[in-house]
Amino acid sequence: MAVVFEKTKGLTDKPTHYCPGCTHGIIHRLVAESLEELGLLDKAIGVAPVGCAVFAYDYFSCDMQEAAHGRAPAVATGIKRVHPDSTVFSYQGDGDLASIGTAEIVHAAMRGEKITTIFVNNAIYGMTGGQMAPTTLVGQKATTSPLGRDADHAGMPIRISEMLATIPKAVFIERVSVHDVPNIIKAKKAIKKAFETQMKGLGFSLVEVLSTCPTNWGKTPIEALKWLKENMIPYYPVQNFRTPEEVK
Amino acid sequence: MAKELWKGNEAVAEAAIKAGCRFFFGYPITPQNEIPEYMSLRLPQVGGCFLQAESEVAAINMVYGAAGAGARVMTSSSSPGISLKQEGITYIAAAELPCVIVNMVRGGPGLGGIQPAQSDYFQATKGGGHGDYRIVVLAPDSIQEAANLVQEAFDIADQYRNPVMILGDGMIGQMMEPVEFTEVKKRQLPEKTWATTGLRGRKEHNVVNSLFIDPAVCEKHNQKLFAKYAEIEKNEIKVEEYNLEGAEIVFAAYGTVARIVKNAIKALENEGIKAGLIRPITLWPFPKANFYKAAEMPNVKAFLSVEMSMGQMVEDVEISVKGKKPVYFYGRTGGMVPTPKAIVEEAKKILGGAK
Repeated sequence: MAVVFEKTKGLTDKPTHYCPGCTHGIIHRLVAESLEELGLLDKAIGVAPVGCAVFAYDYFSCDMQEAAHGRAPAVATGIKRVHPDSTVFSYQGDGDLASIGTAEIVHAAMRGEKITTIFVNNAIYGMTGGQMAPTTLVGQKATTSPLGRDADHAGMPIRISEMLATIPKAVFIERVSVHDVPNIIKAKKAIKKAFETQMKGLGFSLVEVLSTCPTNWGKTPIEALKWLKENMIPYYPVQNFRTPEEVK
Repeated sequence: MAKELWKGNEAVAEAAIKAGCRFFFGYPITPQNEIPEYMSLRLPQVGGCFLQAESEVAAINMVYGAAGAGARVMTSSSSPGISLKQEGITYIAAAELPCVIVNMVRGGPGLGGIQPAQSDYFQATKGGGHGDYRIVVLAPDSIQEAANLVQEAFDIADQYRNPVMILGDGMIGQMMEPVEFTEVKKRQLPEKTWATTGLRGRKEHNVVNSLFIDPAVCEKHNQKLFAKYAEIEKNEIKVEEYNLEGAEIVFAAYGTVARIVKNAIKALENEGIKAGLIRPITLWPFPKANFYKAAEMPNVKAFLSVEMSMGQMVEDVEISVKGKKPVYFYGRTGGMVPTPKAIVEEAKKILGGAK
C-alpha cells in the first residue's frame, strides 16, 4: 500500500496539551514540516514562549530552549550569535510577543537578527484563562474586559505585522491564517519563505498566524474558525507585507 | 608578564577574554560602562561577539540563549540594572546555565547614586529573583584580585552549571592599579553535552528549560539544585584571615572596605589595640566556619562588620557567630565611604563598652 501521508520528523510523538479545536497543532505541524522539507531539522534551534505554547519544547524534535515571558527574541538572539549557521526560530503568542515582549521583538527586528519568529495571534490570553490581550478586538469579551474591549479605556488592538513592516531590516513579514485549507497551504508557503530568508542571511523574518481559541472564545471549533474569518481578518488583513527579492 | 596599570572595569573585561569569554551582552549604566566599551572593541578582535542590547532585561536573556547554546558568556551592569536582570538570573539558575554577571555596585535604593556602595549584598547573596536558588558571589578587594577572580568565575560557572556574580563596587570599577595577568589554573571541566547546538547527528534533542509543571518533579529539581549548592559550599569558599592572633576585636569586611579596615587595624595597633579581619572573598558561599572559629577564640571580645550599606553582611556574621560573641555594625551608604578614623573610633567605643 502506498503511503500518502506521514507525520513530520520535526515533531515528537508526545501528545499535545492543546484544547480540542485549537489551531496551535496545525501551526506546529506547518513549522516542523517546513524545517524538514528545507533540510533544516538537524541544525534548527527553537525558542518556546510563555503562554499556550509553553510546552512547545516537548513537541518539536529539534533542540529547544524555553524562554521567560516575552523574551524569546532576546534568547534567540543569544543562540543565533553563538551558532550563526543554525536555523533559529521563536514561537510566540500575542500576549508574549505583542504585550510583555514588544521591546524584544522590535529590537530583534531593528537589528535584522537572522531569526524567524512564528507569531500566533488568537486575540486572547489562552493559558491564563481568557484575559484581554493587546490584540483583543474592540467589543470582544474577555475575562478582564467582561463587557467587551472598550477602545476609549483599553485602546485599539495592536497590528504587529504592520508595525514591524516599517523596520528596514525586518525583510520578510507576512500575515496568514489557518481557518481553512487554502489558507493553511498559504501559511506553510509563508513559513518556508521566512526560513529561506533566514538561511540566506537576509535579515529578520516573521510570520503572523491568525489562530483560534475555541475554549476562551466560548465557541465550538467550527464556530471559532468562522469567527476568525468574519471578525479577525477584517481587522488583521491576511497579506504579505514584505518579501526580499531573493526568496520571491 | 609584567605589571601594567589597568582601570578596574577594563581589567575585568580583559580577564574575561583571557578566560575564553567570547560573547558579551550589555546595556549602558554608570559606573561600569568601560566594560561594554572595552568588549565592543576587543571581542571582534578575538572572533567574539559584543552586542548592545535594548535593555538589561534583553541582555540577560541573550546571555540565557548564548549560555544555553554552549558559549562562555558575560554581562555586566550596576545596581538598578542588576535589579532588571533578576528575572533572567533566576531562569538561568533554574535552567542550570553557566555565565558570569558583573555588578559594579552603586548607591541605592531606587535610582540611588553613582558612587560606590555595597548595598546589593542581600540581592546578590540571598537570591535577588524569585524561587529557591543560589549564585556564587565573588567580591574582589583589588583590581589584581578582580582579574584573577573573573577568570576563575568562568571555570566555577562551567563546573557547576551555575551563574557566578562578580560583586565589585564603583571603586573597583573606576580606580587604576597595577595588574599582572597571570595564568589562572584551569579546571578539568565537563563537556557541555546538554547545550542546544542543533542536533547535528545527535539522536535526542536537548532542551534548556526551567518549567517543571508537576510539583513533585519541581521539588525534585529544587533538591537537585540544593545538592549542587551543598557541593559548592563544601568546595568553593574563599576567605582571607588577617591578624587574628591575639585580636581583641575582629572586623568583617569585604571588597574595597576591607582595605580601609586594614588601615584602621594598623592605626589601632599604634594605640596598642590588637584587631583582626575576616574578609569573605566568596560572599556566597559565606565562610561561616571561619567566623565561628574566631568567635571561639578567648581573646576575641567582639565582631564589627564594616560595610558600605545600612547593614547587610552583618546578618551573615551574626548567623555564623551563633551568639558566642557580640556582633556590631558600622556602615556608610549612598556612595559615602567609611574612613579609617571612623572605624577606629567605632572599635574603641565597642571595646570600651566591652571592658
